[in-house]
Amino acid sequence: MVTLKLFGLTLLFSLPLGLLISFGSMSKFKPVKYLFKFLVWVVRGTPLMLQLILFYFGPGLLVNMLEGAGVNNLLTDMMRALNQADSLIIAVIAFVINYACYFSEIYRGGIEGIPVGQYEAGYVLGMTKTQIFFKVVLMQVVKRIVPPMSNEIITLVKDTSLARTITVYEVIWAAQDFVRNDGILWPLFYTGAFYLLFSGLLTLIFGFIEKKLDYYRG
Amino acid sequence: MAVLQVENIYKRFGRTEVLKGIDFSLEKGEVLVIIGASGSGKTTLMRCLNFLEKPDVGRIMVDDKVLFDTEAAETLKESEIREKRLHFGLVFQDFNLFPQYSVLKNITLAPTLLKKGTAQEIEANAKRLLEQVGLLNKMSAYPCELSGGQKQRVAIARALALNPEILCFDEPTSALDPELTGEVLKVIKELKDTGSTMIVVTHEMEFARNVADKVVFMADGVIEEMGTPEEVFGNPQSPKTQAFLRKAHEGF
Ligand SMILES: Nc1ncnc2c1ncn2[C@@H]1O[C@H](COP(=O)(O)OP(=O)(O)O)[C@@H](O)[C@H]1O
Ligand SMILES: [Mg+2]
Repeated sequence: MVTLKLFGLTLLFSLPLGLLISFGSMSKFKPVKYLFKFLVWVVRGTPLMLQLILFYFGPGLLVNMLEGAGVNNLLTDMMRALNQADSLIIAVIAFVINYACYFSEIYRGGIEGIPVGQYEAGYVLGMTKTQIFFKVVLMQVVKRIVPPMSNEIITLVKDTSLARTITVYEVIWAAQDFVRNDGILWPLFYTGAFYLLFSGLLTLIFGFIEKKLDYYRG
Repeated sequence: MAVLQVENIYKRFGRTEVLKGIDFSLEKGEVLVIIGASGSGKTTLMRCLNFLEKPDVGRIMVDDKVLFDTEAAETLKESEIREKRLHFGLVFQDFNLFPQYSVLKNITLAPTLLKKGTAQEIEANAKRLLEQVGLLNKMSAYPCELSGGQKQRVAIARALALNPEILCFDEPTSALDPELTGEVLKVIKELKDTGSTMIVVTHEMEFARNVADKVVFMADGVIEEMGTPEEVFGNPQSPKTQAFLRKAHEGF
């Protein structure tokens, strides 16, 4: 089912991509840091709907422009491919970029919130930076980010409905067809129930994870 | 033979000169106590010894081997720094235990990662250290379940697990409620009795007098006065030392 696919693929790619972006935005090399911060600002500062439309229509317009200017390089090919891609793929790309940026901020908050004393304790005990990250810091970051992550992921469930703006046949649209064609309203309630069930299930899962991590404080 | 020689250490942060030429040496089994007003550079000195800060100028030698020398042109690789800092251990003011691990795991983590023995050896050693600091019954507890004094004793055991030649304490009891300082000071005193070489920064004057072989009074980034406890506490020469001790005596 399209909605679940969009949800699953978005998570699959945006969770790791978000981590990369968060590292970028914490880079000690200023140009990289500001480049990533700019990206996150733009993506978080504009509506997802607008980004969807941009990814849907943008490539076609660019192809026309590039061909008009006689440019025929990798960029042109890429835009052509995007232009011919299935709208679900376009939606996944837009969603992944959008959510990766949101997740990156959550990761960053989690990582920067770890007291320096934890790193220093690791250093003084002769650990390498990698050991400190994986053995000391990571678990503490996970504990910190689970609550904001669960919020964001439940928002994603409902955001999937935006994909309809670029002709992705997601669940509300399907229900709407019934309403229009058969003159019946109740399919809309089914979709409502679907969202409630889905987000309810996620709430349970995240509640369980939070509980698992609750064996310690600090 | 001096186990530690510190020569001419300078350190500044931006415009503030924090250490302005620190020299001292320490014999094996000796306890050096550093006293001094807040801001005088005590923490920075401890951090320089543990390679958490890099001195701008100076030389640090352990067992007559140069660990760090600004005169030598080479810059140290991270792996070399890691090796060198293992001559020292550091116990922090606010413990910095790893909250997600049990007391036992806090102690065994680093020796395990550094492959300091088999799992059994490391665990047996950790238990012996916990026994030594009187916390064997807490080995399965998590740091959040311990009192401040217990946390600090675990932190001491954790530092000891790597067998440092010189164990540094940066105000080990300053974050504790007054009634909990005794148990930590007692552990440090016992370490002295077993021959550990230690540097202890503290505001506990009574303790300093009892445990020190040598006392350093720091003021404004220099060693203002250095001597035996009898000399520094009993007959301070510098007016700054006299003023500091008078204030300490009246209570902070
Ligand atoms: N990382 C740092 N950056 C800037 N200034 C620092 C830093 N660390 C310490 N200082 C300054 O160095 C001085 C001495 O600090 P510190 O070594 O902590 O003294 P003490 O431990 O004796 O109280 C203080 O004025 C402090 O503000
Ligand atoms: Mg200090």
